[in-house]
Amino acid sequence: MSDPQDRLPLDDTPPAPGEVQRQPGAMKVSARTATVLLLFTIVFTALMAFTHDMTKPILDASAQAQKLKLIGEVLPPTLYDNDLLADAVTLPATPALGLDEPSLAYRARKGGEPVALVFEACANNGYSGRIGLVLAVLADGRLRAVRVSQHKETPGLGDYIDPKKDKNKSNPWIEQFSGQGYDLALGGHWKVKKDGGRFDARAGATISARAVTNASGKALIWIAERRAALFALPAGTTLQEKTP
Amino acid sequence: MNAYREITHNGLWKQNAVLGQMLGLCSLLAISNTAVNAISLGLATILVMGMASLIVSTLRGLIPYEIRIPVFILIIAALVTVVDMAMNAWLHELYLVLGIFIPLIVVNCIVLARVEAFAAKNPPGAAAFDGVMMGIGFVWVIGLLGAIREFVGQGTLFAGIDMVIPGLSAIQVLPEDYPGFLIAILPPGAFFVLGLMIAGRNWLDARANERARQRLLLAGQSSHA
Repeated sequence: MSDPQDRLPLDDTPPAPGEVQRQPGAMKVSARTATVLLLFTIVFTALMAFTHDMTKPILDASAQAQKLKLIGEVLPPTLYDNDLLADAVTLPATPALGLDEPSLAYRARKGGEPVALVFEACANNGYSGRIGLVLAVLADGRLRAVRVSQHKETPGLGDYIDPKKDKNKSNPWIEQFSGQGYDLALGGHWKVKKDGGRFDARAGATISARAVTNASGKALIWIAERRAALFALPAGTTLQEKTP
Repeated sequence: MNAYREITHNGLWKQNAVLGQMLGLCSLLAISNTAVNAISLGLATILVMGMASLIVSTLRGLIPYEIRIPVFILIIAALVTVVDMAMNAWLHELYLVLGIFIPLIVVNCIVLARVEAFAAKNPPGAAAFDGVMMGIGFVWVIGLLGAIREFVGQGTLFAGIDMVIPGLSAIQVLPEDYPGFLIAILPPGAFFVLGLMIAGRNWLDARANERARQRLLLAGQSSHA
């Protein structure tokens, strides 16, 4: 039951000898082959470049929309009335946030009064790769909410840190952080229960939960302690840390 | 039309990419932890396989034999990149689910194998049909594998379907308090389930062969009588 035309050729037998009438010089063959390969490369690279240019404006717009949607999950738009994305300050690369590059903190205000700070953090000790977090810290130092913006935790196992993947839809795991004050973190209780802290983690998948818990606690302390300074900075400037 | 029937039979069963040729196991084992993930990756694979076979078959007269493999890979990689970017732009919701799997299609050796073994030697229509049929053969295997692993592992079917088709929700097959069977979701589970599926296919084939042999024997006896 074998059909020769439809099998993987295991050896590199060239086409039938009849097709090659003259034996052109090896240089000539190489040059021609290289030219063909070059032409294919140019054509298909051009195809990719064209698609890239076509899709770039749409991608930028959807990245912006994605960002606003994510911010909306930690801080509902009804709570503030300023142009959040424009009212941003730059944070320097901060180990406490798990970031080795400068990032932005967005300042939400209502009627000019500070409401909350929205910023990114990163947990670098997840089960697989970095876990990106978005947090909103209220002006009184409580955590409004935290969400996972990107992660590669095991699907069906550690990915309950993302409420969209959490099987417990009515009370997702990540909601237990909402409304907690940063004094809890200062007191050393911002840990999973297994580590002697206050927060739950699902059995069998503690690593993802621990990474999110520890990273959000550290980030909360860092931002909450600087919240007055952050709200006072002019928009578009960088937070200057006084070196001790 | 007989040729097309044979292509269909080859793609879906006889030379099934996974069960018959054991190709593309890397992405197959990595992505088959839930039915939705598995089928979604499979659908993207069908798209790429059909397009790659069509293009290679159309350009087959222009590709020098010595450099066919680099050219095939170039074509497949460019196609996957284009599909990746186009999905990101125009099917963004689906892209958010499939995003990380799509670049994996480049390294899926099924695509290269079909392009090399079939598309490079056949006219465009048959080649595209073969690519799609091989892709469907891949989908039903990876989909079944994903469904079995998800069912055994967490007691649901089609978890995460709401990310692909909003409004639908997963089917809770086993009771809510099913403790789960972790190993089915972890990579070793993929090997166990795939092994059982290959054994099942071999058993079915062996049974079919045995029946065919007995029919022949019977036919032989009756003609003697």
